[in-house]
Amino acid sequence: MISLILKRLGIGLITVLAVSIIIFFGTKILPGDAAQIRMGQSATAENIAAMRARLGLDMPYYMQYWHWLVNFLSGNLGVSLSSDVPITNLIDDRYKNTLFVSSLTAAIGVPISLMLGILAAMYPGTLYDRILTLVSVSLVAAPEFFTATLLVLLFVFALDIGNAVVVGSTEGKGFFELISHFALPITTLCFVIASQLIRMSRAAVLNVMSSPYIEMAILKGVPRKRIIFRHALLNAIGPIVNVVALNLAYLVTGVIVVEVYFGYPGLATLIVQGVQTRDFVLIQGLGMIFCLTYVILMLIADIAAFASNPRLRHPK
Amino acid sequence: MKQNDHYVAPYDENVSFDELPDAAPSARFRLSVTGWIGAVIVTFWVFIAVFGPALAPYGENELPFPDDYSEFQLPRAGAWLGTDVADLDVMSRMMYGAGRTMGISFVATTLAYLIGVVLGIGAAVSSPRVDMVMSRINDAFLSLPTIMLGLVVVAAVGSSIPVLMVTAGVIYASVIFRLSRALGQEIMVMDFVEAARVRGEGRWWIIRREIWPNAAMPLMTDFGLRLIYVILFISSLSFLGLGVQPPQADWGSMVRENLGALQYGASIIPVIAPALAIATLTVGINLIVDDVSAHSGGKLSKRL
Repeated sequence: MISLILKRLGIGLITVLAVSIIIFFGTKILPGDAAQIRMGQSATAENIAAMRARLGLDMPYYMQYWHWLVNFLSGNLGVSLSSDVPITNLIDDRYKNTLFVSSLTAAIGVPISLMLGILAAMYPGTLYDRILTLVSVSLVAAPEFFTATLLVLLFVFALDIGNAVVVGSTEGKGFFELISHFALPITTLCFVIASQLIRMSRAAVLNVMSSPYIEMAILKGVPRKRIIFRHALLNAIGPIVNVVALNLAYLVTGVIVVEVYFGYPGLATLIVQGVQTRDFVLIQGLGMIFCLTYVILMLIADIAAFASNPRLRHPK
Repeated sequence: MKQNDHYVAPYDENVSFDELPDAAPSARFRLSVTGWIGAVIVTFWVFIAVFGPALAPYGENELPFPDDYSEFQLPRAGAWLGTDVADLDVMSRMMYGAGRTMGISFVATTLAYLIGVVLGIGAAVSSPRVDMVMSRINDAFLSLPTIMLGLVVVAAVGSSIPVLMVTAGVIYASVIFRLSRALGQEIMVMDFVEAARVRGEGRWWIIRREIWPNAAMPLMTDFGLRLIYVILFISSLSFLGLGVQPPQADWGSMVRENLGALQYGASIIPVIAPALAIATLTVGINLIVDDVSAHSGGKLSKRL
C-alpha cells in the first residue's frame, strides 16, 4: 500500500515535470522576444542585448528552463512583461478572492450534492430520482455562462438581490459581507460541480447497492435504512472521495469562466489578461499554479480510488 | 472544456470509465421521448447552421436601423431578439454564428478522432515498449486542464478559426487516444484475433478486418459526447475573448460582447439568447447520447 502510494507520487512528480516542460516550451516557441517586449519599439540593439542578459535570455533553453523551475519552486515567479511588476505582487491581492470563492463553493456545493446524489441512489427510479437525473444531465452539458446568466436573471432581475457584476475592493469586508458579495459566482460554481457530483455519487452508491453482499442483506431482511447506512455507504466512501477530488479539480477550470463572467479580480482573470497582452512570464507562472492544483487533486482522486478498492492494488 | 471532459483516470488503467457511453445500439434500437426531443433540437440547430446565413434578415455586420439609435437594445419589429452593443441584429448574428460554432467544433472533433484513433489503435497493436511511451506522453497531456492548454496555444500563436480547430482537435485527441487504445487492447486479446494471428495474417490486416469493425460503433457513440465537450471548449474560449474574433460572430463571443452592457441597464436578451442556443444544442446532443447509451446492451465501461 505505502509503496503503491509512493509509486503514484513518483508518477505525479514526473507528470508535474512534464507539465512544466509543456508550459515552459509551449510559451517559448512563440515569435517575439521578452526583452523586446519589455523595452518597447524604440529600444536600441545594445539596450535589448543588455536586457536579454539581465533576463537570462542569452542562455541556452535548457538552462533557462532550469532557472525558471528553481525560481518557481522558491516562490519567485518573475516579473510581468506588460506591467513590469513582480508576478507575486500581482497575485497577492487576487489569490484570496479565487481561494475564497472556490473553497466556499466546495464547502457548500459538495455536501449538498452528495446528499442529493445519495438520496437519488436510495430511491432509484422514483420521480425524485428521475427529475434529479434529468436536471443534472442538462446542467452537465450546459456551459457555465449559461448557468450564470440564468442566475443573474433570477437574482438580479426577478428578485432584485445580489449584484450582477462584482466590482470594487473586498478589503476590510467581513466574512458575511464577502459571502453576499460573491453570492452569484459561488452559486454558479455550486451548480457547475453539483451536476457532476450528483451523477457520480449516485452511480457510486448504486454500484455498491448492486453487489452480492447487499443482496444477501436484503434477503436476510435487514431494513432498507440500515442497509444503506451500515452496509452500503461505508463501502461507497472511497469512490465518493475519488469523485469529490475529481470535481474539485474541475473547479479549477470552471473558476476561469465564472471569474471572467462576473468580472471580479482573481487569478483566472489575471491569466486571461496575460493571454490578451501576451505576457508569457505571467502565463508560465499562473499556468503552473493552476496545473499543479489540478494535478494534485487528480492524484488525490487516484489514490482514493485504489485505497478504497483492494482490487485496483493488484493490477493484472 | 467543461470540467468533466477529463473524467478518465490519468494513471490507472483499472479505474473504471464511468463517463464513457456504452456499446453499439442494437439494430432494433428506437429513441425514447427524451431522445426524440434531443433529435428535434439538434436537427433544428443543424438547419440553422446550414441555411442561417441565407435566411438571416440582415448581414452579420449590417446595421438594421442605420439612422436609429436604441439605448436599451430591446426587441422591436425587424429585430425580434433586439440589437446588440454595436446595434447589430442579434437574431441575424446568431444565425451566422451557428454555423461557425458548430462547424469549428465538428471539424475539431473529427480531427481529434483522426489523430486519436490512428495513434490509439496503433499503440494497441504496437510492442509494449512503444505502447508505454505513447501512453505516458498522453497521460501528461491528459493531466492538464484543457482550457489551460487552449490559453497557452492562443497566447502563443494568436486566435483564428484554423488555430481553434487544430488546438481543440489536438487537445481532445488525447482522450480519444485512451479510449481507442483501450478498445484496441480489449479486442486484441479476443480469440478471433488470436486465430487470425496464428493463421499468419499481418498486423494491417488484423487492424482492418478484426479491430476496426469491432471498435467502430463504440467510437461513434463516443463522438457525440466529445462533440459536446468541444462545443463547450470553443464557446468558452470565445467567451473569454480568445476564440472567434470580432467582427465575426459566434455564440460564445456574443455572450461576452453583450455582457458588459448589462450593468448599464441593457436588455438581457442579447446575452441569454446565444447562451441558451449553446445550452440547448449541447443538452440536445446529450439527450440523444444518453438515450443511445441507456438502450444499448452491455456497458462498455464494465468491459474496459
